[in-house]
Amino acid sequence: MARLETPEALESFRQEILSRRDPDSPCVSICAGAGCVASGADEVIAVFEKEIEAKGLSATVSTKGTGCPGFCEQGPVVVIYPEEICYLQVQAKDVPEIVAQTIENKQVVERLCYKDPATGERAVKESDIPFYRSQQRTVLCNNIKIDSKRIEDYLALGGYAALAKALGQMTDLEVLEEVKKSNIRGRGGAGFPAGRKWEGSRNAKEPIKYVIVNADEGDPGAFMDRALLEGNPHSILEGLILGGYAVGAHEGYFYVRQEYPLAVKNIHLAIQQAEHYGLLGENILGSGFDFKVIVHQGAGAFVCGESTALMTSLEGKAGEPRPKYVRSNVKGLWERPSVLNNVETWANIPLIIDKGADWFTSVGTDSSKGTKIFSLVGKITNTGLVEVPMGMTLREIIYDIGGGIPNNKKFKAVQTGGPSGGCIPEHLLDLQVGFDELTKAGSMMGSGGMIVMDEDTCMVDVARYFIAFLTDESCGKCVPCREGLRQMHRILTNITQGKGKQGDIELLEELAETAVEASLCALGKSAPNPFLSTLKYFREEYEAHINDKRCPALACKELINFYIDPDRCTGCGTCRKQCPADAINGDKNLIHIIDQDKCTRCGTCFEVCPPKFSSVVKLSGEPVPDPVPEEERTIRKKTKEKG
Amino acid sequence: MGDIQFEIDGQTVTAVPGMTVLEVARKHGIYIPTLCHHEKLEPFGGCRLCIVEVEDRGWTKYVVSCVFPAAGGIIVRTRSEKVDRLRKTILELLMAHAPDAPQLVELAKVYGADPNRYESDPSFCIHCGLCVRYCAEVAGKNAIGFVDRGINKEISFVPEIAAQYCNDCKACFPLCPTSYLQAAFVYAQAMTCSTS
Ligand SMILES: Cc1cc2nc3c(=O)[nH]c(=O)nc-3n(C[C@H](O)[C@H](O)[C@H](O)COP(=O)(O)O)c2cc1C
Ligand code: SF4
Ligand code: SF4
Ligand code: SF4
Ligand code: FES
Repeated sequence: MARLETPEALESFRQEILSRRDPDSPCVSICAGAGCVASGADEVIAVFEKEIEAKGLSATVSTKGTGCPGFCEQGPVVVIYPEEICYLQVQAKDVPEIVAQTIENKQVVERLCYKDPATGERAVKESDIPFYRSQQRTVLCNNIKIDSKRIEDYLALGGYAALAKALGQMTDLEVLEEVKKSNIRGRGGAGFPAGRKWEGSRNAKEPIKYVIVNADEGDPGAFMDRALLEGNPHSILEGLILGGYAVGAHEGYFYVRQEYPLAVKNIHLAIQQAEHYGLLGENILGSGFDFKVIVHQGAGAFVCGESTALMTSLEGKAGEPRPKYVRSNVKGLWERPSVLNNVETWANIPLIIDKGADWFTSVGTDSSKGTKIFSLVGKITNTGLVEVPMGMTLREIIYDIGGGIPNNKKFKAVQTGGPSGGCIPEHLLDLQVGFDELTKAGSMMGSGGMIVMDEDTCMVDVARYFIAFLTDESCGKCVPCREGLRQMHRILTNITQGKGKQGDIELLEELAETAVEASLCALGKSAPNPFLSTLKYFREEYEAHINDKRCPALACKELINFYIDPDRCTGCGTCRKQCPADAINGDKNLIHIIDQDKCTRCGTCFEVCPPKFSSVVKLSGEPVPDPVPEEERTIRKKTKEKG
Repeated sequence: MGDIQFEIDGQTVTAVPGMTVLEVARKHGIYIPTLCHHEKLEPFGGCRLCIVEVEDRGWTKYVVSCVFPAAGGIIVRTRSEKVDRLRKTILELLMAHAPDAPQLVELAKVYGADPNRYESDPSFCIHCGLCVRYCAEVAGKNAIGFVDRGINKEISFVPEIAAQYCNDCKACFPLCPTSYLQAAFVYAQAMTCSTS
């Protein structure tokens, strides 16, 4: 197939691809995303191919390794079309059975289907699984239908139709107006309206302009951008070309972190394929519009995701933020107008152009439109990527999709927005997710990280943890961030170790104000959030640590003691055998006691004491009772006791 | 001449496009403290001491004057309760490292900064970057640079270049607000001598 010279040629090529495909013939999609590969997806794919070949089914049944559908925890995930039968945790040894039962005999292999932990009910189709049922997957949904290495798969699903529409039927200004009308706000952090950013670049005097994909994804634990880059690179590329057209740029960049080699590979391949068909390069689809794309691998420091640091790094210098009060969309890369948007933002653009701004704005809250992908992790039953309409409540995400908190623990807080986001407490669970809603609650949308915390989490320690991360990631250029965070971290550490003093909270507040108001870049400006939000909602925990040397969540090692309840200890000896510090004294039929001087508070005894006894308890802020006197340590079996 | 007019501390000032608020203030003899600024060097915006309050169309914001472009109609306040408080904290943070640096001691008096407010860690360099930028931008030698990042960031002479040029130049030495640069140089020299 040669270059496509017109939008019509693209359309007939699409029809040709579709005509070669029988929608009723079986297709086995196996997720080849990072999570599933880690649990053996590559082998599963290979065995499927072999088995299908061996059975002589190759002509009618296709196999493909696809992008990540989000339910990584249950991987490898296999979906069999056209019925959409979804199998989870599939291993190579399950493959012959799937081929024989499902593909040849159209029978469902029940044991591989999702089983509701509460009711025991099985869900056969992907869309019947509660994890997926309440989601609205407009951006992520194609991941499982596409072999990201084949542009034909993307085209078959309507890929590049938006580009053909824009170049064939719309002026560049109309494309911009559509994006402005959609009100889409950036998915990577601050939530700035993309259309307004684009317009600023378009109107800037300098004629050479750039469009850039921020694929740095520095938030630890977040992988939504990665899933899109690896699973559906053409959607981002198409968005970027549309952006270039709308602002008048002829050059685009992918800034991808080095830790994502598969993403880099897939994007290179996508670029090559798009160039081959004339969807990229000179005179795209015969429209006269030229656009080229360059891929740049970033060194992978968290701060490199910040817009000015990213551009400095693209210029080949150290990735440090620049002190500027002129926006990058007017003076960015090489001092030229540059539109920088997040991966997910770009992936939404083809949908907006294809389906229209009205379709896009029909979903969401007043100020936040469309859907948002979150990475749901922490103390939650179903972890993974979830895509929901803006405006869904935290409760719906955590309970309906996430399946709630495991082990009958109580929900305590959800941390949103990445390391510099904030913690939202239980009484705000009905908060709708949206940029302004989250900011008002003292947190932020950030790039969509969501960490669920249960009752065992100490909020002071959480603040300490995130500030520690940010202290490490500070570039060190400006004083409020470098020095302020260092001191905040030191004070928070002291508090969690029982060395907190009167006045520490005030000192922290002062440092927080200085970082927020005076830091050079948004890393420092938002870094105090973990402290400020936990202080706002959990102030009593700070006070308990400082005033009573007590950790209410019983989490801070230096503030707790382990103690064996003499009335519950059965003398089973489990804790004694496993205590690495030899701190436990006991014997058969003897109540066990912990030598507090030897105990290192590792918590092993607490974890290993059989749940039916639960004799080991944590104490904080109260004296440890004296050990049982030697003569009373013999355990008398209560049932056999006489009279 | 000057086609931009605005207000600093109640005084009307004039500027040409491209000037920063700090430049305009200096031109009119209005004092704003700085630690990382030098007329001959590109603005760095690292110390944040030159922070001022700007009222722009009813909005109040805090900006660093060494990079904030002069704009018509804005109202700049070089001192306010909050500006002073922010400067005080910045000074206290720096004094944990360089308690005796004359410029810091001087400024501490103005802003009531307590050198012992935060846990001290006398490492002396305050990362103003004057030496690094002077060597790169004026001397054109790049004999000294920053290495590492965040709280581990340090200045470091590039031994081969330093051995060749620094003894005859030393032009950055008087710029250093602490005595650290000289000490680092002597140390680097001692290291090269003892190994060569
Ligand atoms: C410290 C820091 C790290 C950031 N990291 C990222 C990142 O990894 N990916 C991203 O898209 N945006 C990141 N951002 C936000 C970007 O600076 C920028 O706002 C965003 O890429 C703009 O795209 P959007 O409008 O589509 O969100 C970061 C910001 C800061 C301050
Ligand atoms: S705020 Fe932090 S990361 Fe940003 S420039 Fe200052 S030191 Fe660097
Ligand atoms: S906490 Fe660890 S060290 Fe202490 S008694 Fe239990 S097992 Fe031993
Ligand atoms: S050595 Fe002196 S001049 Fe150089 S960065 Fe440190 S404090 Fe500034
Ligand atoms: S003089 Fe402006 S930030 Fe240092």
